[in-house]
Amino acid sequence: MIAEIGHYALVLALALALAQSVLPMVGAARGIRPWMAFARPAAVAQLGFVGLAFLALVTCFLRSDFSVATVYHYSHTQQPTIYKIAAAWGNHEGSLLLWVLILAIFGALVALLGENLPPRLKARALSVQGMIGFAFIAFMLFTSNPFARLSPAPFEGEELNPLLQDPGLAMHPPMLYLGYVGFSMTFSFAVAALIEGRVDAAWARWVRPWTLLAWTTLTAGIVLGAHWAYYELGWGGWWFWDPVENASFMPWLAGTALLHCETVVEKRDALKVWTILLSIVAFGFSLLGTFLVRSGVITSVHAFAQDPARGLFILFILGIALGGSFALFAWRAPTLQPGGLFAPISREGALVLNNLLLGVAAGTVLLGTLYPLALSVIGGGAVSVGAPYYAATFVPLMVPMVLLMAIGPLLGWKRGDLPGALQRLAAAGVLACFAAGYTFHLETGGSWLAPLGIALGVWLALGTLVEWVERVKLFRVRPRENWNRARHLPRAAYGMTLAHLGLAIAIIGMTGSSSWKTESVKAMQIGESVTLDGYTYRFDGVMPTRGPNYLAERATFTVTKDGRPYTVLYPERRQYEVQAAPTTESAIQSSLAGDIYAVIGDHAGPQSWTVRIYHQPLVPWIWAGGFLMALGGVTSLSDRRYRIGVPNRLPVVQATGA
Amino acid sequence: MPEEEAVSTPIRRLLYSLPILLLAAFGWLAWRGLAPDRDPSALPSAMVGKPVPDFTLPPLDASNEALSPKDFAGKVTVINFFASWCLPCKAEHPLLFQLQKDMNLPVYGIAFMDQPSDATGYIKENGDPYAKIGVDQNGRVAFNFGVQGVPETFILDRQGIIRYRLAEPLDPDRITSEIAPLVKSLQQ
Repeated sequence: MIAEIGHYALVLALALALAQSVLPMVGAARGIRPWMAFARPAAVAQLGFVGLAFLALVTCFLRSDFSVATVYHYSHTQQPTIYKIAAAWGNHEGSLLLWVLILAIFGALVALLGENLPPRLKARALSVQGMIGFAFIAFMLFTSNPFARLSPAPFEGEELNPLLQDPGLAMHPPMLYLGYVGFSMTFSFAVAALIEGRVDAAWARWVRPWTLLAWTTLTAGIVLGAHWAYYELGWGGWWFWDPVENASFMPWLAGTALLHCETVVEKRDALKVWTILLSIVAFGFSLLGTFLVRSGVITSVHAFAQDPARGLFILFILGIALGGSFALFAWRAPTLQPGGLFAPISREGALVLNNLLLGVAAGTVLLGTLYPLALSVIGGGAVSVGAPYYAATFVPLMVPMVLLMAIGPLLGWKRGDLPGALQRLAAAGVLACFAAGYTFHLETGGSWLAPLGIALGVWLALGTLVEWVERVKLFRVRPRENWNRARHLPRAAYGMTLAHLGLAIAIIGMTGSSSWKTESVKAMQIGESVTLDGYTYRFDGVMPTRGPNYLAERATFTVTKDGRPYTVLYPERRQYEVQAAPTTESAIQSSLAGDIYAVIGDHAGPQSWTVRIYHQPLVPWIWAGGFLMALGGVTSLSDRRYRIGVPNRLPVVQATGA
Repeated sequence: MPEEEAVSTPIRRLLYSLPILLLAAFGWLAWRGLAPDRDPSALPSAMVGKPVPDFTLPPLDASNEALSPKDFAGKVTVINFFASWCLPCKAEHPLLFQLQKDMNLPVYGIAFMDQPSDATGYIKENGDPYAKIGVDQNGRVAFNFGVQGVPETFILDRQGIIRYRLAEPLDPDRITSEIAPLVKSLQQ
C-alpha cells in the first residue's frame, strides 16, 4: 500500500510539473497574473508530492518490504537501520528520487523566499524548473520506477553492496546532489533572463545565493566523496580521475567560474553573456554527469547498472534542455545590452582571467573524460585516460590560476594598481620561494612538483592573509579600529578569505600526499615487523569478530616511532554474510603531519596475511582545506545583502587600497 | 550602420551558436556510444602483436644471469608476472608446472613489486616452475608490459612478438581451449 501511495504521489507530481511548466510561462508571455502566480503554490505542492513519495520509499526500506523490487535488491533484514535508510538512495531508482526531491526543494525555496523577485522572472524561472522536474519524473516513472512490485515477494533481500554500507554513503550523495541540482536553479534563472532579454546587476544578485548554495554543497559533496574513497576503498588514494569523479568536478569548475563572474555582473554590469552561458554550462555538466553515470557509455567504478534505454532517455533530456537553452542563447544573447569595457589590470580583469583558466581547465577535463568514448565510437580502439594526462594538462593550468588568486583580490575595481599589489605581496613571494627551497632541500631527488606545490600553497595562504590585513588595516591603526573594521567587513569578504585559504591548505595537502606517499605491500607473518618512513609496524595477530551482518578478521598492529610507542591500528577485513564480497576497513591514524594507514588483505599462507601499509603525509590538510572552502561558501551565503530586500543597487563595496 | 559592424555580425552570430554546435557533436558521439553492440568495458591489450618491450632485470637466483628478452629468442615462451603477496598467483601456480612439463614450454617468471627474500621464500614453499626469474621490484617492467595486476601471463612467439595476454589467473579450461591450440600453431 505504501509503495502505491508513493507511486501515485509521483504520478500526481508529474501532472503538476506539467502544469507548472506551461501555465506560468504562458501567463508571463501574455501578462495573465493569476497564471503567473500559479507557479508558487505549484512549486510548493510539488515538494509535497515528491516528498511524500520519498518518505514512502524510505518507509518501504525501513519495513523491509521485499515485494518492492528496489528494496529486495538493495536491502536485507539484518542490515543496520542507518544503512536501510541510506540504501533508499544507494541505487539508481532511489537516487533519482532523491535528485527529484532536491529539485523540488529548490523550486519550493525560490517560490517561498523569492518574494522580492519580479513576478515575470520568477514565473519563468519556476516554469523552467517545472520542465526539468517533469523530464526527470517522467524518466523515473517510465524507465526506473522505484516502486515497482515483485510477485511473489521474496522472503529476504539481496543486501546493499557492502562497500556502500558506510556512513560516507549517508552523506556523500545528498550533498553532491544538492550541488548538482542546485545549478538547475541558476540554469532556470538564466533561461528566464534570456527570454526576458534582460540581465543586470539585480539579476546577478538574485541568482548569486543559489549559485553559492550549489557551489558550497558540491564542494562538500566532492570532498566527502574523496574522503570516502580514501578510507573505504583501501587503495590509499583520494582522487582517481575516474569519469564519474570528473563528472562531479566539471560542474564544480564551471560553478566556481560562475561564482566569480557573477560578482562582475553585480558590481560592474559587464560579462553578462558569458555569465548566462556559464549558468547553462554548469547545469549542462550536471546533466552530462547524470548521463555518464547512468547510461553505461563509459566504464567506471561508480556507474550504476548499465541500460542503454535509460541512457537514451537521459540523452534525450540533455538534448532538449541544453539544445533548447543554447538555441535560445544563440538567438537572444546577441541582443543583451553589452556592459562597459574595462581595463585589463583591474579586479574584473583578473576575474576574466580566472574564468578563462577555469573554463579551459573544465574543457581539458571534459576532453579527457570523453576521449575514450570518442575514440571507441570512431573505431580507434579502447583507451583509458588517466592521471598522467591530467598531470600534463590540468596542473599547468592551475599554476597561473593560483598565482593570480593572491593578486586579484588586491586589485581595485575599474583600475588596479598592479605594482602596488605586487609590492604588498613581496613578503609572501619571498616566503613562498623560501618554502620551495626548503622543500627541495628536504626531499632529496624528488620531483620538482613538490616544491612548486608547497610554494603555491604558501603563496596563496599568505596572499589571502595580506588582503585581509589590508582590509582591517592591521598594524596601521589602533587595535580598536582594527577590531571595528574586522567586524564590519561584509561576510562575503570573509567567505572569500576562508575559501581561498581553504584551497591553499588543500593544495599543500594534495602536494604532500601525491609527492611523498610511501607504501609497503608485503605478506607478513604474525610477529613480523615492517618499517616505513620511521614508523615500525609490528603485526601482533588477527582476531575474529562479528558485526551486525558480517564476520570480520581484525588485525592488530602496534606502531612505534623511533622506538617509542605511537599508536595501535586495527584494520579489518569483512566478509558480509549475504553478499559474499569481502571488503577492507582500513585503519588510519591522523596527525597534522599526515596519516599512517594500514589495510589487511588475503591470507597468504598459514599465519600469514597480505598487508598494505601507507604513509600519507599531509592528507588531513586536504579535508581541512575542503571544509574551510565549504565554510567560506556558508559564510558568504549569510551575507547581509542576500537577507534584506534589494530594491536597487547598494553602494558598491570598494576594496581598500586600490 | 558602420561597415565594420555589418561585417562582424555574422561572425558574432556564429560565435553565439558555437555552444549548440558543440552540443550537436557531443549528441552524435553519445548516440553512437549507446549502440547496443558496443561493450565499453572491453579492453583489448595494446601489447598483443607487438614485440616484447626491452628490459633487463636482476635474477632472483644470484647464480643466474640477468633476465632480458635475449632469453626468449628463437622459441615460444611464457612470461608470468607473480608476487609472493598475491593469493591468486598461488592458486594458478600448479598450472605453471603443467605448462612447463606437459607442454614443454619454457616459463619465465617476473616477481612484481616484491622483496627478493619474500619471492625466494614463495618459490621454496610452492616449487619452481620457472626457467628463470627476474625481480621487478618497482614495477617498471610490468608497466611497460601494460600489466594491471598480478597474476598476468603472456605468450611470445619465436620472433619475440607478444601473441597472447591473460590478465587473470590461469585455469585448466583456458589452457586446453585457448593456450594449447595457440602454442601448437606457434610452434609449427
